[in-house]
Amino acid sequence: MSSLSQALWVLLLGSLLGFELIGKVPPTLHTPLMSGANAISGITVLASLTLIAQAGGNSALLLLGAGSLAFALFNVIGGFVVTDRMLAMFGPKSSGSKSAGRNASSSKPSSAQS
Amino acid sequence: MTATSVLSYAIDLVAVLLLALGLKGLSKVRSARSANGLAALAMGLAVVGLLIQQQLSPQAWLWIAAGSAIGGLAGLLTAQRVPMTAMPETVALFNGCGGMASLLVAVAVALFQSGGAAAPDGALEGAADLVSLISIVISVFVGAITFSGSVVAMGKLQGWIATPAWTQSSLRHAVNITLAVTALVAGVLLIGDPAGLPLWLLVGASTLLGIGVTLPIGGADMPVVISLLNSYSGVAAAAAGFVVGSQLLIVAGAMVGAAGLILTQVMCTAMNRSLVSVLFGGALGASATGHVGGGGDEAGYTRITSCSAEECAMALETAERVVFVPGYGLAVAQAQHTLRELAKLLEANGAEVSYAIHPVAGRMPGHMNVLLAEADVPYEQLIEMDSINPEFPRTDVVIVLGANDVVNPDAKSDPTSPLFGMPVLEVDQARQVFVVKRSLGAGYAGIKNALFELPQTAMVFGDAKAVLAGLVGELRELGVGKKPAAV
Repeated sequence: MSSLSQALWVLLLGSLLGFELIGKVPPTLHTPLMSGANAISGITVLASLTLIAQAGGNSALLLLGAGSLAFALFNVIGGFVVTDRMLAMFGPKSSGSKSAGRNASSSKPSSAQS
Repeated sequence: MTATSVLSYAIDLVAVLLLALGLKGLSKVRSARSANGLAALAMGLAVVGLLIQQQLSPQAWLWIAAGSAIGGLAGLLTAQRVPMTAMPETVALFNGCGGMASLLVAVAVALFQSGGAAAPDGALEGAADLVSLISIVISVFVGAITFSGSVVAMGKLQGWIATPAWTQSSLRHAVNITLAVTALVAGVLLIGDPAGLPLWLLVGASTLLGIGVTLPIGGADMPVVISLLNSYSGVAAAAAGFVVGSQLLIVAGAMVGAAGLILTQVMCTAMNRSLVSVLFGGALGASATGHVGGGGDEAGYTRITSCSAEECAMALETAERVVFVPGYGLAVAQAQHTLRELAKLLEANGAEVSYAIHPVAGRMPGHMNVLLAEADVPYEQLIEMDSINPEFPRTDVVIVLGANDVVNPDAKSDPTSPLFGMPVLEVDQARQVFVVKRSLGAGYAGIKNALFELPQTAMVFGDAKAVLAGLVGELRELGVGKKPAAV
């Protein structure tokens, strides 16, 4: 039972932390923040991995696990890369013509590799 | 406690810390981009921490590699290819898949927890207990709603799905309540029979419920819905954390769930809508159309002045202060680059150019800033509503590009308007207003715009990009931009 009450405490404190972290957000950042938070919600990738790790030889479990892993990673990788693409556009413009190529930003999503 | 489990605990703690810092940093312009990287790093750490803790068989590695390759590659390609204008629906798609992942985990555990061919070491730790079953129910329920709701939201934003008439009647409440009750009953039954029929009933009812609650909501409110669904996917992840017994998952899911809720509230405030009216009020346009008596039709307008690009260009040539009001129409027409060209020309002519950004310009708060930044518009020229409103009385020419509701003066003056009370850009204070629009069709919210009938307003009909290109051409013909202007 102690592990349950521990888990519930974690849930409570995590929620409080979430409420506190987002205080004032400038409207400019609503879209990127939503996208970034969305990428983080792909943390369920951990559940998928646990499922696969504990599946033993059950191939149906392995298949479901791999499927859910694919969905979760789609969320995580896609989410971080797309957020980075958006935020790259807010970066300081050192020279006006620097990003003449419209997709210049998409070439540097390296931070999103997980 | 073995050395590896100590190590993975430590990694988990660092990951939680970094995730929290990342989420925090994402709400500040200066730190947002590095914060996103930080959150990505935290996620990577969490995965590594988990992998070193679990004893993985070669077979498991193979499945992990396959799943990662498919999901990761698809995510990467989608994220890189998708146009900036489609950002809201992209976020919805990603979010829906996150919900789907939690759903699949819960279904898998429900199906196989009662042993059978499952894990040799009696794995899926203590899955049989009540808490775990309740977590499975929550994870399936919320995960399915997140998935189907997000897919519907994406379809509506893409224009694939219309709003069926029945969803605007109170019938939908009856349907949704029935579905919710069905899901609840199935959830209770599931606790007695995890792998049987109730599970599939729960999946079906929850999926339909996600569709049922999202379908009636109008496109203008969709960003709020996506943000709320984003919060749900956090809840689904936290529930999945209870299912597999991962505290890191619980804390991260709870964090995103709570933060998503706050963000939803912030967005509602920015759009002057309450969450309750978004969720249960139906499409704004549908009720509004009845309100103004078929207001979206051209027939609704009586005193419209229209003008050509040439006349507009002549007004621009002598203007000293020009403000552009970009809206979603600009984004659809992919005209932001042409707009930048026109602005440069006007600046060369000595005019002071700025862009008035309504908090919900585009389809999501902040969407327009992204689009204009993409076209290299200097950040300083993007002026937020509260700062630019006092400037309109001394503005010579305002050009409204594909924006509608956010410049509707009725929102200030007509208490019977559905928009009343929404903060708007007071462009009617400017000396001259040109509205570039495809036709006199209604805006996103389907409400007639009093601005169009004002004496200082002229409509320039046409596609935003074509009109802007026309203006650039006309101005060049007038000799603008060739000689340095004296101001």
